[in-house]
Amino acid sequence: MGDDDQHITEVGGTGVPIPGDDVDTDQILPAKFMKEVTFDNMADYLFYDARRDDDGEFNDHPLNRFEGANIAVVNQNFGCGSSREHAPQAMMRWGIDGVVGESYAEIFRDNCKSLGIPAVTADHETVTTLQEWIEANPDGDIEIDVEDATVTYGDRAVDVEITDAMQEALVEGIWDTTALMYSNMSKVERTVADLPYV
Amino acid sequence: MSQNTLYDKVWEKHKVAELPNGQDQLFIGLHLVHEVTSPQAFAMIEERDMEIAYPERTFATTDHIAPTEADKRERPLTDQQSEEMLSALERNTAENGITFFGFESGKQGITHVVAPELGLSQPGMTVACGDSHTATHGAFGSIGVGVGTSQIRDILATGCIAADKQKVRRIEVEGSLGEGVSAKDIILKIIQDLGVDGGVGHVYEYGGPAIRELDMEGRLAVCNMSIEGGARAGYINPDETTYDYLRGREYVPEGEAFEELKSYWESVRSDEDAEYDDVVTVNVADIDPLVTWGINPGQVVEVSQPVPAPEDFEARSDREAAEQALEHMDLEAGQSMLGYDVDVAFLGTCTNGRVTDFRRATEVLEGRQVADGVRALAVPGSETVRQRCEEEGLDEVFIDAGFQWRRAGCSMCLAMNEDSLEGDEVCASSSNRNFIGRQGSKDGRTVLMSPAMVAAAAVEGEVTDCRRFFEDSAHSLTADDVSEVAD
Ligand code: SF4
Repeated sequence: MGDDDQHITEVGGTGVPIPGDDVDTDQILPAKFMKEVTFDNMADYLFYDARRDDDGEFNDHPLNRFEGANIAVVNQNFGCGSSREHAPQAMMRWGIDGVVGESYAEIFRDNCKSLGIPAVTADHETVTTLQEWIEANPDGDIEIDVEDATVTYGDRAVDVEITDAMQEALVEGIWDTTALMYSNMSKVERTVADLPYV
Repeated sequence: MSQNTLYDKVWEKHKVAELPNGQDQLFIGLHLVHEVTSPQAFAMIEERDMEIAYPERTFATTDHIAPTEADKRERPLTDQQSEEMLSALERNTAENGITFFGFESGKQGITHVVAPELGLSQPGMTVACGDSHTATHGAFGSIGVGVGTSQIRDILATGCIAADKQKVRRIEVEGSLGEGVSAKDIILKIIQDLGVDGGVGHVYEYGGPAIRELDMEGRLAVCNMSIEGGARAGYINPDETTYDYLRGREYVPEGEAFEELKSYWESVRSDEDAEYDDVVTVNVADIDPLVTWGINPGQVVEVSQPVPAPEDFEARSDREAAEQALEHMDLEAGQSMLGYDVDVAFLGTCTNGRVTDFRRATEVLEGRQVADGVRALAVPGSETVRQRCEEEGLDEVFIDAGFQWRRAGCSMCLAMNEDSLEGDEVCASSSNRNFIGRQGSKDGRTVLMSPAMVAAAAVEGEVTDCRRFFEDSAHSLTADDVSEVAD
């Protein structure tokens, strides 16, 4: 079984703002790069089209300007569209350890949880202020405290929200749901026995 | 908190335990697998030296990468990565005793088309697939959820997912659809009213007279696009329409066993006095066919209405999205979508790739021709659909009209096979997503619409009101009518 002891209480590093509402998974990880049977190379394809201009050169997309960042700061309904885990996988493999945003699509947030990436939310004002701060302080440190639900940067600390399920899972190190659920197999069998269609 | 809705009942029935993280462990009664999102999950299982818990509840097919030209389906596939994905799926299913509907089976197709037509999807089930359109199966009165690869691993290993129970919103759809207006228009209207993130945190229960009147294929189209409205799932309470559809299908038992199942199906229907977290009403009595004008499925208008201006929207985010959309689509606010030039017509997908969809399109195409310069593709959602259509002679109507008649797959819905938009082509599409880059070209432009509207656009070479091709054309609007109104 997997590592059971993977407590994630805080993540931190420099930030990258990825502005825009309804940023969908087709932008985060275009479908044409989903043909590989492993996630190994996904980092190379992160925001592939958006990061390049027409002749294939890197443009001034934030991911090009903030190479090496660990905390992505996004706006509303981030990660909407398809269920592809390729999207958060690509972000994680590119170096993202945590996300601060106004809101997320449900499946995207679930996927983040499965990967141990805290995805916290804050209001528009807080998020855009942080995005502007990163633009002005590209080397500045941002810390997401999962336990306290705060984000600290510069001389500021702001309260953020995190779903109970995600907080519990990360802090208690039980985001490996396979192991967790496997321990209930006898209960599964009982549930199944009671289903008329199985 | 909702109570005694179908969602509550089916959830309770499948709930195994409460997990320490506060989520529920939910048994998945039907797990659908395709080639794109599963190989990594099978690899994880192997790495952990685990077994597949419920192979007999797991069914696989290939859809996303499936070539849709008959001669391109020879193995090995020309595209090496596609071949690799397909062989991985074949290997994973064979090694684990999972039924796989491959090209040779005659049943291959899009998971969300195949499972319903074979009778695999039934009322009162939980259905999961590594694909966001799993809500489709909710049309039978089941809970269908799209999952990511780590959750696929969970299901393979334990038969379960860890899930948060959502709120339930009842959407009461009033009115009767006019001639030439279809299920696709209902769901586009709902998304227009409630927004692309209106459903976040919710599942949608669709009901009311307009939903009751829909046949199963229409209901599948409605539930299919729940995710486009931000809802985690969408469903319709089962009724006689549902049971009639299921009777006699391959995976549905007959006789007494059927009656027994039926009493279970009846028992999971939302109670008369069920409590919902909220109820909204949408009236579809007078709607015209709808088309999208932008880059998300909520940017949609009735074909007679002018495209809105960014300042028409209250929320900052909607204004910005509208600006970006107008620019990408090369549209002016106030302009109508009628007369918008179309280069490609694409009919198919898990939204509208079923027999009735093709029938509807042929009503428009019969005796007519695809406009010069328009590339037109008809891609059945499954090989079963293709065979049915061919038995009815529908393929000939398409071919005579100038459509390419293809084999089953996702095709140009997301262009993971060789069917793709080029440059800034405009596509009249019966699919469900108009995101930038979705159809394979980052400058490509997608206009979502119903099957009849796609056929009409193919014939005219521009977005047009399909009702002019139907007998009762009293309602149909032309570009001239609208410019008069706009003037
Ligand atoms: S048809 Fe389109 S939306 Fe449906 S499963 Fe295939 S790619 Fe996804």
